Amino acid sequence: MDDDAPLLIAEGLSKSYGRRLGCRVVSFSIHEGEVLAVVGESGSGKTTLLQLLSGRLAPSAGRVRYRMRDDVTRDLASLGEAERRFLFRTDWGYVHQDPALGLRMAVSAGANVGERLMAVGWRHYGSIRRGALTWLERVEIDAGRIDDTPHTYSGGMRQRLQIARNLVTEPRLVFMDEPTGGLDVSVQARLLDLLRNLVTRFRLAAVVVTHDLAVARLLSHRIMVMKSGEVVEAGLTDQVLDDPREAYTQLLVSSILPP
Amino acid sequence: MSPNLLELAGVGKCFVMHLQGGVELPVVAGVAFSVAPGECAVLAGPSGAGKSSILKMIFGSYRCDHGSILVRDGADVVDVAAADPRRILRLRRHVIGYVSQFLRVVPRVAAIDVVAEPLIVGGIAPAVALARAGDLLARLNVAPRLWMLPPATFSGGEQQRVNVARGLLPDLPLLLLDEPTASLDGENRAVVIDQIAEKKRRGVAILAIAHDGDVRSRIADRLIDVTRFAAAA
Amino acid sequence: MTRAAYNFAYLDEQTKRMVRRAILKAIAIPGYQVPFASREMPMPYGWGTGGVQVTASILGPDDVLKVIDQGSDDTTNAVSIRKFFAKTAGVRTTTHTADASVIQTRHRIPEQPLTEAQILVYQVPVPEPLRFLEPREAETRKLHALADYGLMHVKLYEDIARHGHIATSYAYPVKVDGRYVTDPSPTPKFDNPKMDDCPALQLFGAGREKRIYAIPPHTNVVSLDFEDHPFERYRHDAECVLCAAADTYLDEVITDDRGGRMFVCSDSDHCAARRAAGHHGASLSDAPTAIGGEGGRGR
Repeated sequence: MDDDAPLLIAEGLSKSYGRRLGCRVVSFSIHEGEVLAVVGESGSGKTTLLQLLSGRLAPSAGRVRYRMRDDVTRDLASLGEAERRFLFRTDWGYVHQDPALGLRMAVSAGANVGERLMAVGWRHYGSIRRGALTWLERVEIDAGRIDDTPHTYSGGMRQRLQIARNLVTEPRLVFMDEPTGGLDVSVQARLLDLLRNLVTRFRLAAVVVTHDLAVARLLSHRIMVMKSGEVVEAGLTDQVLDDPREAYTQLLVSSILPP
Repeated sequence: MSPNLLELAGVGKCFVMHLQGGVELPVVAGVAFSVAPGECAVLAGPSGAGKSSILKMIFGSYRCDHGSILVRDGADVVDVAAADPRRILRLRRHVIGYVSQFLRVVPRVAAIDVVAEPLIVGGIAPAVALARAGDLLARLNVAPRLWMLPPATFSGGEQQRVNVARGLLPDLPLLLLDEPTASLDGENRAVVIDQIAEKKRRGVAILAIAHDGDVRSRIADRLIDVTRFAAAA
Repeated sequence: MTRAAYNFAYLDEQTKRMVRRAILKAIAIPGYQVPFASREMPMPYGWGTGGVQVTASILGPDDVLKVIDQGSDDTTNAVSIRKFFAKTAGVRTTTHTADASVIQTRHRIPEQPLTEAQILVYQVPVPEPLRFLEPREAETRKLHALADYGLMHVKLYEDIARHGHIATSYAYPVKVDGRYVTDPSPTPKFDNPKMDDCPALQLFGAGREKRIYAIPPHTNVVSLDFEDHPFERYRHDAECVLCAAADTYLDEVITDDRGGRMFVCSDSDHCAARRAAGHHGASLSDAPTAIGGEGGRGR
């Protein structure tokens, strides 16, 4: 189980915008069931990295390889648009910081969750609805809200709905961009718990971009600290946070105000 | 590696405080000892001598600058000091258990889930894990009405018992215990000491820190004097 | 307007060639929306400029043209367009479906089955079936290109969730030749089955949106649905009061201000033909003359 081949491999990823550096020579790999946190402050390049990893941005150098469900590892750049979209609809998830970006706001919650199923060919209304209900329950949204649109949902509910929408096709890899950003603290706590449980239960691999070290500690096994586009330090999450070696990491860790 | 489960050689650590102008805080140097299955070795020395740091280096929470920390994992021998993160995570799931000095409280997670989690992560069925967690909590005199509550509101002693239960529940061959009986009253201390004895009988190798002389005398097969490894200031 | 001032069927020959090229492309890729350079026409957008351009490009001097609007030959729109072509092309016009070689229609398909010698030209307001759910043109083009039609079923799912059944009653989306999802124009879903395996060529013109699409003869056309909510033809609970037809699409006519109403065939030519053949409805005697009228208006 642990000797499986890596799921996602980044090799020498770099992205520059003219003379401005997005990120530089980032290499790592992720296996099934592993959560990697990418932490840094604004401008660290962490979001750029997430875009590169998920194929939304083309790298200036380096490549990203992914092991498909048929066990063949492919270079993302070699995938056609149709294949990439299919990947996104089935084996990958992407959770946006602002749930409105990851949802269809004008369509009911059930349709939001069921859309991926319909996109991969489910044609039985009853089954689609049951699938949607199952996932609403898993993300702790009251089943009675299935026909409401996300307009009527609170921020935390919308985020949970976005998670359900992403996980309904049981993806193996989920990208999360500040999944708890902008939410009230109590709502954040609940969401983090949910994410922890889902990650464990469904053996999700995830790349979680966050500026919040507490989120990283709670969710991730490994962590990468970025600053100005470079990876400053990387390793086991508790090791990096308990025993930071680099000056910048020490600065980050010591800057957290105790409650 | 001989029958030892754990072997340290030449282990040294020094904190470099970059935020304080790069001042160096040496912790330990030249640490060398081993622990065999079925024995309990207790690290002895005054506060600040680096006892907790040694445990953390073995568990992988701290890095070490020099030396090797060999742990036997079935037929393999892994050097924690040099292993990659995935290997260390695997060791934690299957080999090394750790009871920290304080319970790290995750908000909202029920006490029984806190205790059962390492078993579930290790592959035991949730229902079985929860049942075993309940048994151990009961033995540690944590009332069932507390099981579904998050430990954040528990007293220090209750939190410590949850922490100990979590560390003792899985059947791991190497246990690291950092003050397992701190903040426990006499009765509960006795329960924990019994648990440790039980583990020893089952062949678990135990490395512990215990300040209380009485506890130490009851669990330790030998003492390791950490002041021997004091780092040159 | 003198005939000498305008080219045959109003459009110049180069424009007609351009439109015909678009039509050929459309026929080659059934259901695919082909962009074309829609011209300014002497009627505003929303009045059938797309359909008129298609008709103008395919008319020849020997063609016989029928124009209907909501199934009827004598509504304003139908009359205007028929006169337009009578004047600019000098072609024969008719109200009899069987006699026509080109039929331009807004919002209905004639009841009378069409033949291989006929062409049906639909007027289309919004050709993109996904537009209401996905407003971005760039995105809908991609969805079509990748046959990514989950969104279409989202709409149908929403209907069932809200109304207990698929409530879309017109412009009901279809899949053409197993590939492209297409908007059949705002015809009632009652008419959808007529599109399947139709012997006539079906052409669709959207002037404002500048798109042409086509369904070649005998093409497979399937209305989208769910396995447990299959497409059902709409059945009226009534018969036509004039000709007693029970299987045509009926218009509801309010007769008084006390809730009185009656149902009449939408397809006026079909109804007249049935009456001429001896079928009579229940209340022919009660029907106002304007509706009952004499058989066979216009030529």
